[in-house]
Amino acid sequence: MNLHRILRLMKKELIQVRRDRRILAFLFIAPVVQLFLFGYAVSTDVNHVAMAVLDEDRTAASRALIQRFTASGYFDQVAYLSGQAEIDTLLDAGRAQMVLRVPRGFSHDLSRGRGTEIQTLLDGTDSRKARVIEGYTNGVVRLYGSEILRARMQVLRARLPRLPAVDARVRVWYNPELKSVNFMVPGVLCMVLFLITMLMTSLAIVREKEIGTLEQLVVTPLSAGELMLGKTLPFLLIGLIEFVLTLLTAIFIFRVDVAGSIPLLFVLSALFLLTTLGLGIFISTVSKTQHEATLTGFLFFMPFILLSGFIFPVENMPVGIQWATYLIPLRYFLEIVRGIFMRGVGLEVLWPQVLVLAVFGVGILALAAARFSKRLG
Amino acid sequence: MTDIAIDIQDLRKTYGDLVALEGLSLAIAPGEVFGLLGPDGAGKTTTMRLLAGILAPSDGSARVLGMDVFREADGLKRRIGYMPQRFALYGDLTVAENLLFFANIYSVSRAERLKREAELLAFSRLEPFRDRLAMHLSGGMKQKLALACTLMHTPEVLFLDEPTTGVDPVSRREFWRILYTLVNQGVTLFLSTPYMDEAERCTRVAMLNRGRLVRCGTPGELKAGMRGMMLEVIADPMREAKARLTALPGVHDVQTFGERLHVRLDTADAEAAVTAALDGLTLVSLRRIAPGLEDVFNALASGEGPS
Ligand SMILES: Nc1ncnc2c1ncn2[C@@H]1O[C@H](COP(=O)(O)OP(=O)(O)OP(=O)(O)O)[C@@H](O)[C@H]1O
Ligand SMILES: [Mg+2]
Repeated sequence: MNLHRILRLMKKELIQVRRDRRILAFLFIAPVVQLFLFGYAVSTDVNHVAMAVLDEDRTAASRALIQRFTASGYFDQVAYLSGQAEIDTLLDAGRAQMVLRVPRGFSHDLSRGRGTEIQTLLDGTDSRKARVIEGYTNGVVRLYGSEILRARMQVLRARLPRLPAVDARVRVWYNPELKSVNFMVPGVLCMVLFLITMLMTSLAIVREKEIGTLEQLVVTPLSAGELMLGKTLPFLLIGLIEFVLTLLTAIFIFRVDVAGSIPLLFVLSALFLLTTLGLGIFISTVSKTQHEATLTGFLFFMPFILLSGFIFPVENMPVGIQWATYLIPLRYFLEIVRGIFMRGVGLEVLWPQVLVLAVFGVGILALAAARFSKRLG
Repeated sequence: MTDIAIDIQDLRKTYGDLVALEGLSLAIAPGEVFGLLGPDGAGKTTTMRLLAGILAPSDGSARVLGMDVFREADGLKRRIGYMPQRFALYGDLTVAENLLFFANIYSVSRAERLKREAELLAFSRLEPFRDRLAMHLSGGMKQKLALACTLMHTPEVLFLDEPTTGVDPVSRREFWRILYTLVNQGVTLFLSTPYMDEAERCTRVAMLNRGRLVRCGTPGELKAGMRGMMLEVIADPMREAKARLTALPGVHDVQTFGERLHVRLDTADAEAAVTAALDGLTLVSLRRIAPGLEDVFNALASGEGPS
């Protein structure tokens, strides 16, 4: 290993990046565009759910419950149905996303202190949205239930003054405003880091193959190890700069709060880059042209994005697929980043993810490096 | 050091079933300009890459400057230069940056680098373009820059794979001027070329066909070894003339060079036989010529080796 040679190679690489306007634009604009797209435009916030009501009970209690729904701010009552027959046509036409049905006897059961139930019918086309609506519904109903409970307690307490008050309240933790930008920004951060470092590394190596300079480099005293370091370290550097840029944009423009330690976030991102740079090197060994490298890159990118929990929460996936997600290093990094961002936790909680990520990083990098050296020799 | 710069023994390279190079043996003295001649797919690049230590031989061995090209590649790398067939530079770096990069990769000292850079820029006449991006150079200038890059570390043996292919004639002449300067400085040149006129400039030439060495010697020796005699015929219509001559007994082959036909034949009274064969056509000119390397090469390519 000759440090001087590695530095020279890095310097050359950085000069080339600096001269490439397209790459520069990509580096600076991509994070902002993605933050915007995933943070706002593709908002996963669910508001103003079109709700139809079928009140078969028609009592004060049922009206109070329905009023809870409309007062929550999440639901807009768009129709008042007179019979079950109307439900299907309404949902089919997409005029309502949800039907709230309060069955006959609701109030009767309640006043008897018997368990009772209401029915909600959801348009499941957008499963993610349906799940959110389900959550809201449970929240509203639980709140309503707890208030009835409290009212009863108060009556009881008048007779038994020592009875403790029970106060059940649904509270959303970690992301109190349920803003999807808070949930998406850590994901975008991971994705930007992942995509840029993996793609740029593989392209930088494959480009030398394509124009033929790699053959020229092989006859120089540069060793395979030096060549690899010289070609990856610049992108480690760029990746970290990119990370800081995205983070600053998220904090100062998108007003996202970071609950935990930013230095820890930074260090663990560097750990994640072992994986992405390793993948970049690997891709360069299986691709002859930059075009091939880009396609192969997307072959990795798609499962990483879909299975990491970036868009769809892992808990909501079928069990078989959930097992597959354990093979996706981005999954662990995403858990780390979201943990630090939203819950403010540190290594004491995240160490298992950090450990797995380290094993993945070292493993992938070692395999890629071995393959790279063999290919050159 | 030995008095053999490049010593190749039974060098063999196969790709699966394909034999790219079949038992090549050559000894090249220091200061030679050795040319490797052969049609497409003859194995020229394979030979070059083997000698540059990039490719592992399937069998046999080669020593350059007394060192095994594959096993002692690391020690040898500083002492040889290799310009691949598709010579390549960093188009987004300037002329000076390209030179600087290669000097640094070879750990050339600063003082040596400055001296070398000035020298190379001067004799490649690239000095006025030193701050120009390499991608904005003409083809000939790019090729000179590529050569200059492989010369930054002052190699003792230089391997050039078809260095002038695709370069205009003026630039080719200029390129050869530079090569001769190198030879005068004691550099051994090993180059491959598809151009016969370039082969004539070599001290010795090896002719390669389908991975086999068919002939090796000075250009003079190769030409002298040709069987039969050469006639240059200009006749009209040319196609008809070529067809008739090819059918003539004693004719080995007929090659077209523009409007001229080169006929290689061994017949006792060649001129008379040719004149008779072309009866009824317009015979513009007929003369005996000395065979060029091109003719030797064509004789080889048509499958009939010279005696
Ligand atoms: N990596 C490889 N894998 C398989 N076959 C190869 C490989 N490299 C070369 N060959 C084959 O080996 C033979 C010799 O190729 P080589 O490139 O040495 O020829 P060449 O004389 O340099 O030809 P050209 O004038 O086209 O450059 C060809 O048939 C070629 O197809
Ligand atoms: Mg070739």
